[in-house]
Amino acid sequence: MSTLTELSLSEVTTGLRHGNFSSRELAQAYLERIERLDPALHTFLTLTPELALVQADQADQLLSDWRKNGGAAPSPLLGIPLAVKDILCVAGVRCTCGSRILENFIPPYNATSVARLRQAGMVILGKTNTDEFAMGSSTENSAYGVTHNPWDLSRVPGGSSGGSAAAVAAGLAPLALGTDTGGSVRQPASLCGVTGLKPTYGRVSRYGLVAFGSSLDVVGVFGHSAADAALVFAQMAGQDTLDATSVELPVPEFQPDASTKPSLYGLRVGVPGEYFITGMQPEVEAAIHQAITILEELGAVIQPVSLPHTQYALPVYYLIAPAEASANLARYDGVRYGPRQPAEVMWDVFRHTRGELFGPEVKRRIMLGTYALSAGYYDAYYGQAQKVRTLIKRDFDQAFTQVNLIATPATPNTAFRIGEHADDPLSMYLEDIFTLPANLAGVPGIAFPAGFDSKGLPIGIQLTAASFQEDLLFRAAHAYQQATDWHTRRPSLNQS
Amino acid sequence: MPNDIIPAMTLTIEQVEHIANLARLELSASEKERMSQQLSAILDYVNRLQSLDTAGIPPTSSVLPPRSVLRLDEPHPGLDLETLLRNAPETEADQFRVPPVLD
Repeated sequence: MSTLTELSLSEVTTGLRHGNFSSRELAQAYLERIERLDPALHTFLTLTPELALVQADQADQLLSDWRKNGGAAPSPLLGIPLAVKDILCVAGVRCTCGSRILENFIPPYNATSVARLRQAGMVILGKTNTDEFAMGSSTENSAYGVTHNPWDLSRVPGGSSGGSAAAVAAGLAPLALGTDTGGSVRQPASLCGVTGLKPTYGRVSRYGLVAFGSSLDVVGVFGHSAADAALVFAQMAGQDTLDATSVELPVPEFQPDASTKPSLYGLRVGVPGEYFITGMQPEVEAAIHQAITILEELGAVIQPVSLPHTQYALPVYYLIAPAEASANLARYDGVRYGPRQPAEVMWDVFRHTRGELFGPEVKRRIMLGTYALSAGYYDAYYGQAQKVRTLIKRDFDQAFTQVNLIATPATPNTAFRIGEHADDPLSMYLEDIFTLPANLAGVPGIAFPAGFDSKGLPIGIQLTAASFQEDLLFRAAHAYQQATDWHTRRPSLNQS
Repeated sequence: MPNDIIPAMTLTIEQVEHIANLARLELSASEKERMSQQLSAILDYVNRLQSLDTAGIPPTSSVLPPRSVLRLDEPHPGLDLETLLRNAPETEADQFRVPPVLD
């Protein structure tokens, strides 16, 4: 039965429709694999096997009805298992956000992204590990232990959506949801050798996503290919009356070109010099240049482009995101949810509950954000960061008048060792320098495998496009994946 | 180059205590010490923004164009009280229960 987990998504969809195997058998195959491999990887925080089998049986019923009665073809996602980052609400299933302050929180409703995927008949396997409240680049900030990179267990999977990225890489789920505030989908996708999409800000409803940085947060997806990610994106995207920032725009359908060399003729791809910096891993730089050559061979025109304010993205991000986080996390006060630290007066309940149950990185960012917003410092820090954010956004606006896509490395280095950045928050923040600018500008980005370094660790390329042009990201990434096989490589997990 | 003339940022223990109070965070003595060092280093790094001339540049608070999102003011069923109170550490008479606000 374990071979079911090795099929491609389109093979699984076909197999389910033909009745070669059932959704229940598929879910069981993944649950068995999780049981066998996850103790060493720790990608899941909560498993929902009973729920998964009920949902799989519902999918099997719909598939069987369709085989009998015909009619419109069911969604290609019907009966397909899904892992969900533990920061998106699934009704009735514990949602910890990787934090002790929500260790027993049971959301009473589904996130819209989750609800729409359930509508298509996807089967939820469980909730995946994350840095606490999505603040981190390694899952080391999870209160429930680190996730291990399936390519090298001594290394991090990236973060904050590291559990979802590692679960897909290890074949514990064919698809997984993540969230991306500063790179939390694209950076772990890069470090785990999978495809990760960060949609345009406003494209996917955030209702039921526990808020971190409200002007930056988006819901994204991991899969083995751009075509797989595109299916989930199409199902999730679109306006939602429950999220006032979701945008009412049509979502263009992506139809993957099945030829081995789909043409990228007519696309202009910009390469910004600011993303090839001294200090980055030379093997990463070489692999990205190689990948850009392949895009050129597929018909794209490659040209230099400049994003002159790139170096300011990190300082801007580390003022704006913590400022927004300090406001969003004010709600964790031991009154409406979570455990409460007892005290005589309410103000002490707040201070002790928050002081005891938030982890070090969350406290650091609350402090940083509170400082940046405090009287006397607001203009110099938060205000100035918002103005420089405008300059960063204008860089992208300007670049996208010249090119359709921008190609860069997704990360400066391949996966780092667990503990390598311990107690040096700034060095950890620098791992995200290539992914932060897209969040500040709101533009969509996709990261996917473009080679391996000499240690056998995946290297990721990132493509960004102008707002609401996810279809261009899918077209280019899909063409690259038709012409190469990096995305089909799997880690060898020698389990006992 | 203008970075050179900005003095290294230090956040004193007193400042850390002031911010922690604003944020309603109880910190231990060692946490205050570490917070002072680490926040100083981060603020030192982000201070490079001060060298940019942003006169006349409007701030970006959202990348989306400003717009009003309104819906019809019609009543519709929401979640019931019991469901909403289920995650609370302490409730009484369909309300959240907290200790006294005043000493």
